[in-house]
Amino acid sequence: MTDREWTTGDAWTTDSDPRATDDAWVSDGPASARWAYGTGFRDPFVDIDLAAAPATDPEQLAARCLMLGDDALVYSHRLQQWITRLPELEEEMAVANIALDLLGQARLLLTRAGHLLGTDEDRLAFFRAEHEFRNVRLVERADADFAELVGRLLVFSTWRLELLRRLTESTDPGLAAIAERGATELAYHREYAAGWVVRLGDGTELSHQRMQAGLAAFWPYVDELFRPDPVLADLSPDRADPVALRSDVDAVLDSVLATATLQRPSVAPAAGVGGRTGRDGVHTEDLGYILAEMQSVARAHPEGVW
Amino acid sequence: MTADPVARAGVGPEAPPAGAGVDTATSAVVGPADEPAAVLAGAAGPPTGPAEADASALLDRARQVAASVTDPELPALTLADLGVLRDVTVQDGHVHVTITPTWLGCPALPEISGDLHRRLREAGFAGVTVHVALTPAWTSDAITAEGRRKLADAGIAPPRPARRGPVPLGWPGRRDRVACPRCGSADTTVLAPFGATLCRALYRCRACGEPFEYVKDI
Repeated sequence: MTDREWTTGDAWTTDSDPRATDDAWVSDGPASARWAYGTGFRDPFVDIDLAAAPATDPEQLAARCLMLGDDALVYSHRLQQWITRLPELEEEMAVANIALDLLGQARLLLTRAGHLLGTDEDRLAFFRAEHEFRNVRLVERADADFAELVGRLLVFSTWRLELLRRLTESTDPGLAAIAERGATELAYHREYAAGWVVRLGDGTELSHQRMQAGLAAFWPYVDELFRPDPVLADLSPDRADPVALRSDVDAVLDSVLATATLQRPSVAPAAGVGGRTGRDGVHTEDLGYILAEMQSVARAHPEGVW
Repeated sequence: MTADPVARAGVGPEAPPAGAGVDTATSAVVGPADEPAAVLAGAAGPPTGPAEADASALLDRARQVAASVTDPELPALTLADLGVLRDVTVQDGHVHVTITPTWLGCPALPEISGDLHRRLREAGFAGVTVHVALTPAWTSDAITAEGRRKLADAGIAPPRPARRGPVPLGWPGRRDRVACPRCGSADTTVLAPFGATLCRALYRCRACGEPFEYVKDI
């Protein structure tokens, strides 16, 4: 029995059975082991009294955890695709770190949703179809260049930071705990992105031009971040409604863009389908390619272990 | 990367073979070892006697062992130094340890759990459960004074007090200066805001020219 072996054990709480033999601390044995992620814990919410949660409709709460979790999961995957292709080693580390932070947030949010839906993070991440994902369309695009990467990261992290900051007052203790932890991480992401947007925007003529073009590329999907969402507002009364985030997010973006000598792109918002967008399961073509890559191993070897 | 001081100060990232080198690690860190480490080590299982003194000694022992486990990414620090060890209880000889993640995506968490299992088993506890608590959220302020001293000794700058409340937008390089852990100069600059692990950034001291790592305030 190797010291590694327990990591293939079941997730989030690791047990060892005093009645069993030497290797018993490998929690539940291979039968329940998961191939994904390779962590050794089953339930990160063990200390949070979920029974004390107020009467939020569990289905609605699960839906919102899925939205926030899917945003982080899909965007994390997009960021991971940059690894080995970034201009400097420092940027490799930064983007990898940010992607890992978002993956951590995604895992907890999908786990929380899984509690409410009677499933788990792995099934939610790897066995849902495109139309079942609830992420905003902003996170689906492939970045054309580094300017687009840092521009989109600035918008995403600024928006998510404001959202999570408000959700720390969520009536759901699980969501509140994730939000509190995640918000501080996002402050670092935002700082990194803002630094690069200013450096490129206020850099050479060429870097300015490309930074401005980078913003224009994804800006049609910014509007969607602020669409009305009454249930998110319910989870943290009057504060986390996406519509109400706009002024705080805009204040930060305007300040960065002004410092970077960049203009806020004036582009028409990307249309939905019959008014439906990412939150409704209506996505861009890009999501299919992301899921094909992200889910392929899990679907080829369901319940496989490693 | 300035890995040397870390590697020397720590127990070593590789898991030792069962029974080898563990006593050294334990006694090096645990302070009030008023009972010989050998009392329980190697025992078939924890005593189940009803005496309160036994239960109390057992709990002390479990706490000492859990507190002395080192962090895999900052091996100069124990879990207690890092402030991630939340609770240790013993029920009928079964140890329950509660830890908290530093950063949500921290991949060291399962490693820490594995180390806790291994070390507690080596100390004679057959049953171990590791719980993960999310609240209250960990903050770098939870690193103890002893932990900060050990970090500085390992050439890693300890975190400044974490910011609270609304999050002002800052820029890399415009943040407050971090003092160089080698020469003490405040004339330092950020090389990379994201370092080799989630919790660290890379700085360089302009005075002595050396790069150094900084445990990020969060």
